[in-house]
Amino acid sequence: MPLLTTIHENRRAQIVLGLLVGIVFGIFLQKGGVTNYSVIVNQLLLTDFTVMKLMLSAVIVAMIGFHVLKHYGYVHLHAAKGSIGANVIGGLIFGIGFALLGFCPGTVAGAVGSGAMDALFGGMAGIVIGTGIFAEIYPRLKTGLLKQGPFPAVTVQEFLHLPLWIMIAIMEVAMIGFLVVLYYLGF
Amino acid sequence: MFDYLTQPVWSPYIAGAGIGVLVCLSFLLADRPLGCSSAFVKARGLLERTFNAEGEKKNEYYQQMHPNIDWSFMIIPGVIIGAFVSAVLSGQFHLVWVPPMWGNTFGYNTAIRWFWALLGGILLGLGARWAGGCTSGHGLSGSSQLSFASIVTAICFFAGGIVTAMVIFRVIGGL
Repeated sequence: MPLLTTIHENRRAQIVLGLLVGIVFGIFLQKGGVTNYSVIVNQLLLTDFTVMKLMLSAVIVAMIGFHVLKHYGYVHLHAAKGSIGANVIGGLIFGIGFALLGFCPGTVAGAVGSGAMDALFGGMAGIVIGTGIFAEIYPRLKTGLLKQGPFPAVTVQEFLHLPLWIMIAIMEVAMIGFLVVLYYLGF
Repeated sequence: MFDYLTQPVWSPYIAGAGIGVLVCLSFLLADRPLGCSSAFVKARGLLERTFNAEGEKKNEYYQQMHPNIDWSFMIIPGVIIGAFVSAVLSGQFHLVWVPPMWGNTFGYNTAIRWFWALLGGILLGLGARWAGGCTSGHGLSGSSQLSFASIVTAICFFAGGIVTAMVIFRVIGGL
């Protein structure tokens, strides 16, 4: 799409659009309740499922939206193969930080906007420091741990040898089914 | 429209569906996943460039990540502004030094809470870059693309988070 390519290549348009998408994202996060410390911690303690409901609703919409747009050539796949050393170890380190802070990198910014000072002086400052630590150790990790145990496939349908639209249908039914079960369990 | 903005909370299904639309818009308008942790790399790289330009230029990770003010950098100031406007309009903006749930379990000492929040933030930043994305980049954008690595990563975020939260609040906090 020539129009889309023009937008992608216009630096000023990208800055303005990024800010606008961020603002709307911040409104949705705050209204969805996930800029609240206790909502996230109670999700991790499995007593409140707001985070799960919000995330699954987003993926239910975006999975269909993305693949329809991709089918017509408007968007491209942005997925890398990944590995146990990168994704499992990195994911678990992230998880420990997630519980200690009570926010993730997006919701921490939303919490700052709602007035949480521990999210600003603890959380956001910490993420900047942690990112710097990664940048320092990256040259050694890159050829070592990050390459350990590469995953067998880029996408789930490739891994399971299923046609794309069947895979999407299975995932959508599973996610909607999970939300229905949560609802009937009284969460 | 304005009525919606002054409501304290929306159904998480509605807010989530809206975020799903934003994920699609990011791919469409920026040819990028909607992510939050790369903004922190860019901020860290720009700080490094200001105070240690040689070091920034030589660092392999910054060479790869291009620290600049761009789409992914602007997401974070955007989220702060959006959440601020949304919180103020619904009367939910309150300055909080220690979250009540933490305070009621471990006490309202600001220095202690900020120490643990800082440590949590450091692990989040380290882990997000280690895994190549955060709850939005992998959890939302990656999972929506049916990325195998993203779905595994999102499961690990929650597995690590659930075990750690149980240890902090159930074992140590006795909640």
